[in-house]
Amino acid sequence: MAATETKTAAPPSGLAEFWFYFSRNRGAVLGLGIFLVILCLAIAAPLVAPHSPSEQNRAALLLPPVFAKGGQLTYLMGTDPVGRDILSRLIYGARFSLFIGLVVVSLSVISGVLVGLVAGYFRGRVDTVIMRLMDIVLAFPSLLLALVLVAVLGPGLVNAMIAISLVNLPHFVRLTRASVMTERTKDYVIGSQVAGAGTLRLMFMTILPNCLAPLIVQATLAFSAAILDAAALGFLGMGAQPPTPEWGTMLAEAREFIQRAWWVVTFPGLAILITVLAINLMGDGLRDALDPKLKRS
Amino acid sequence: MPLLEIQNLTVEFPTISGLFRAVDGVSLTCDTGEILSIVGESGSGKSVSMLALMGLLPGNARITADRMQFDGKDLLTLSARQRRSVIGKDMAMIFQEPMSSLNPCFTVGYQLGETLRLHMGLGRAARRARSIELLQLVGIPAPEDRLGNYPHQMSGGMSQRVMIAMALACNPKLLIADEPTTALDVTIQAQILELLVRLQRENGMALVLITHDMGVVAETAERVQVQYAGQKVEEQPVTGLFTDPHHPYTAALLASLPERAVVGQRLPSIPGVVPGQHDRPDGCLFSPRCAFATDLCRREVHAQGPDFGQALCNYPLRLGIPTGHPTMSVALAGEDA
Amino acid sequence: MTQPMMDKPEPSSLLGAPVLEGRDLTRYYAISRGAFKPSATVKALNGVSFSLHSGRTLAVVGESGCGKSTLARLVTMIEDPTSGDLLIDGQPAHVGDRSLRSLVQIVFQNPYGSLNPRQKVGTILDEPLRINTKDDAATRRAKVEEMMRKVGLRPEHYDRYPHMFSGGQRQRIAIARALMLRPKVLVLDEPVSALDLSIQAQVLNLLMDLQKEMGLAYLFISHGLSVVRHIADDIMVMYLGRPVETGTSEAVFANPQHPYTAALLSATPIANPQGRRQRIALQGELPSPLKPPSGCPFNPRCWRATDECRQIMPALSGDVAQQFACYHPLGDKPPSPPSE
Repeated sequence: MAATETKTAAPPSGLAEFWFYFSRNRGAVLGLGIFLVILCLAIAAPLVAPHSPSEQNRAALLLPPVFAKGGQLTYLMGTDPVGRDILSRLIYGARFSLFIGLVVVSLSVISGVLVGLVAGYFRGRVDTVIMRLMDIVLAFPSLLLALVLVAVLGPGLVNAMIAISLVNLPHFVRLTRASVMTERTKDYVIGSQVAGAGTLRLMFMTILPNCLAPLIVQATLAFSAAILDAAALGFLGMGAQPPTPEWGTMLAEAREFIQRAWWVVTFPGLAILITVLAINLMGDGLRDALDPKLKRS
Repeated sequence: MPLLEIQNLTVEFPTISGLFRAVDGVSLTCDTGEILSIVGESGSGKSVSMLALMGLLPGNARITADRMQFDGKDLLTLSARQRRSVIGKDMAMIFQEPMSSLNPCFTVGYQLGETLRLHMGLGRAARRARSIELLQLVGIPAPEDRLGNYPHQMSGGMSQRVMIAMALACNPKLLIADEPTTALDVTIQAQILELLVRLQRENGMALVLITHDMGVVAETAERVQVQYAGQKVEEQPVTGLFTDPHHPYTAALLASLPERAVVGQRLPSIPGVVPGQHDRPDGCLFSPRCAFATDLCRREVHAQGPDFGQALCNYPLRLGIPTGHPTMSVALAGEDA
Repeated sequence: MTQPMMDKPEPSSLLGAPVLEGRDLTRYYAISRGAFKPSATVKALNGVSFSLHSGRTLAVVGESGCGKSTLARLVTMIEDPTSGDLLIDGQPAHVGDRSLRSLVQIVFQNPYGSLNPRQKVGTILDEPLRINTKDDAATRRAKVEEMMRKVGLRPEHYDRYPHMFSGGQRQRIAIARALMLRPKVLVLDEPVSALDLSIQAQVLNLLMDLQKEMGLAYLFISHGLSVVRHIADDIMVMYLGRPVETGTSEAVFANPQHPYTAALLSATPIANPQGRRQRIALQGELPSPLKPPSGCPFNPRCWRATDECRQIMPALSGDVAQQFACYHPLGDKPPSPPSE
C-alpha cells in the first residue's frame, strides 16, 4: 500500500487492487472481521476463557445464561448438564473447528492439486483413470461417504478429518485440472518449454502459480464445509469424542436437554452458523477480487 | 443537417484510482452516403465513443455530450425504450470478433429471423424469404442451406458476413463497423471491405469504419478522423490526410508504416507509448512524444480551424513544416517539403 | 510507391551451410470424430523444405490454416515432424534434444499471453539461464541486465511484473527472454501484429538492430505482407500446408508467379488513397484441411485453374531466386484481375 501512496502516478499494486475489489463487497469485509475475531479467540483461548473447558461445577448444573432468569455472572452463557461453562467450551471449541478446517483443507488441497495437476498436464489415459475415480467419489452423498469411511477407520477426530478430506478431494482435482488445461496451451508455457524447462518445472513453477486464484476461493468454501461436516460427524458420534469441546459433539451431548435447557444446544449451533457464514461471505469476496471474469473495468 | 452529429462527447469510467477518461471531448459528424473512418491506436477511444452512441456501455460509465443527434432525434433526451427502437433498426453495429458476436446456441436463420421479428414484425414466411435475400446480398453461397447452420459450423469470414446481414436486416441509415476485418485473413479482409463499400453505396447508408489499419482507411474511407488518447486530433478527407497530414501524430504514424520506408532500413518510429490513465500529461497529450513540442504545448493546446483539418496542435504541419513554430519552421523548410 | 533496394540480397546458395534446414517436413494430426467414426487426418504441413542462413530473414507468409504455426512448432522442437528432417546447425533435431533446443527460440504474437503473469521480469529472463547454464546468481543477473539494456529496458524494470508494462515493452521482454540463451535462430510468430502502429516500428527496428548485432537468423511468420516486404530477405508463401512460391523477397514482390501470391499481394491494403486499384478478388474461402481439394490446393479459388490443376499437384520449379508450384505462372506481365 505504501508504494501507491508515495507514487500516485504508478498503477496500483496487486495488493491494493485486491483490497479495492474485496472491500467493495461489504459482506466479505464483515465476514473477514468476524473470522479474525474467532481466530483471535481461538488462539488466545486460555487467556480469554473464564473457566477450564473440562472443569465441572457440581453446584451449577444446567445454569441458564446470564440474561435469563436464574443466570449467574460467572457463567455468561450458562452451563451444561455436568456443570461446565458453555462459553469457555465454545471458545476452546473454536480451536478444534478451525484446526479441523485447516487440516482438512490442507490435506485436500495438497493432494487434490497434485492429482489434478497430473491429470491436466499429461491428459490421455492417466487423466481418464483419475477423473473416473473422482466421478465415483462424487457419486456418493458426501456425508454418507464420510460416515462409511469413519466407520471403517474407527471414530475419532483424526479419522474424521481424513474422511472429510477424501470427500472434498474431487472438487479440488476437477478445479485444478480445468485450470491446468487452459494454462497448458498458453504461449508463456510453450515459451518456457522452448527455453528448456523440464516437466516438473513446467508443472510447479510455470503453470501452478497461475491456477491458484480459483483454488483459493474453493479452499475457503471447503474450509467452512469441513467445519460443518466435522460438526455433523461429531453430532452423529463419529467425530471428536466426548469430553472434547468440539461444537458438533457439544450438540450431540445436549440432545436430550433440548426441551429443558435451550441454551445448551443454541449456543454451539449459533457458533457453527456464524463461523460458517463468515467464512462463506469471505469466500464470496475473494471470488470477486480474484476471478478476473467478474472484475468490472 | 447531418445524419449523425455528436458534439463534445466525453466518456469516463470509475476505477480504483479515480475517473478514467476514455473519450475526451470528441465531436463527429457523418452524413448519408458517406464513409467516415475513425482511426487510432488502442486507447484512442474510437470504439468507446461509438459504443456510447449505441448505448452499449456498462452502467457505471459516465457519458456527457453537448449534443448527440441522429436522424433528427436527440439521443440524449430519448428514453431507454425509444432509444432501443432506433438502435438496431436505423443504426446498426458490427464488431471485430464475428465468432463471438453470434450466439453459439442458435442457428443463423433463427438469429437473423429474431432481428427481423423484433424490428420489422415480419411473419414466418416473410422472415425466411428476407433472411435468404439478406444472406444472398452479403455474398453467402447457397443461403437456404446456411440458415440451418450453427455459428461454429462457419468460418470467420462467413460469420462476419452473417453479422453484416443481421446489421442490414432493417435497412439501417447508419452502419458502424468496429474493426470489422482485424480478425480475418488478408484475402477475406479484402472481400469483406469490398462488400461493405458496395452495400454502403447501394443502400445509400452512412458508414462509420473504426480501424487501426492505415491501409484499410486509405482504401475505403472518404473522410478520416484521427484519434489519440481519447481526443480527436485531426479530421481530413482521405487524400489530404495521406498526402499532407496536419497533426504531428498523424504524420509520424504515416512515416512509421513499413511500406513507406526504404526496404531493410530503420523505420522512423514514435518514441514512448500512448499515455495511460496514470501518466496523462498536461497540455497536448502527444507532447511527450512529439518532435515539435515546446513549453507552450506542455501547458495548453489549441484546436486549429478547417484549414488545418481542425488539428489539435499549436503548430499544425503544412507539408511537413510546423506552422508558426518558434524554432523549427525555418530550419525544416528546405529539407522535407 | 518506389522502393529502392539498398543492398541486393544474395541468393542463399552462396552463403555456406544453413543454420536451419527443413527437408520435406510433414506433420499430420489425427482428429477424432467421435467414438463410432474413424479418426480423420489433417495434413497440417505437407512437404515443406527450406533453408535459413545466419543473419538472414526468411518470411513464411500465409493465411490461417496454411501450416505456418505448425511449422513454428516443429522448428522450435515442441513437436517432431511426421516425416522429413529438421537440421539445426547441420545436426538432426528431435524433441528432447537439449543441446540443440537452446539454438532456436521463439517470440509469440501476443505479448499479453507469452509472459508468465506471476513472474517478475527478472525471473522470466533468468529462467532460461538457470535451466541451461551453471552460472552463479551474480553472473546470471549481470547477463540479464545486459540483455535488458540491449532491448531497451531499464534496470529498474527487473523487479516489475509483466502487467505493469505496455504491449510494446512486453514484446521487448519477450524478445529478451528468447535471446538469453544466445540462439542462432529466432522464430518470430507475427511479432508485431498485436502491437499498435506507433509501437510496431519500434519493435521492428529493434529486431533489425539485434539481427545485425548478433548475426541472428529470423524465421518470420506473418499473414500480412507490408511488414514482410520491409524485413525479409527470402519469402515462402504457403497455402494449405504446402509452399506455393518461394524466393528472394525482391523477386517475389516484384514479379509474383503463383496466382495466390499475386492475390495476396493485391489484397494487402496499401496506405495510399490515390493508388486505389482493381483488386484480384478471390472467390470463396480456404478449403477445409480435413478434405483438401485434389491437385493444386488453390485450384477451387484460382481463376487460371484448368483440368490439369484439379488432378495433379504441381511441383516447385524455377531458378534459385524464385520457385513456384503452378502450371500456369503469371509470367512477366503484371497480374491481371480475373474476368468475372
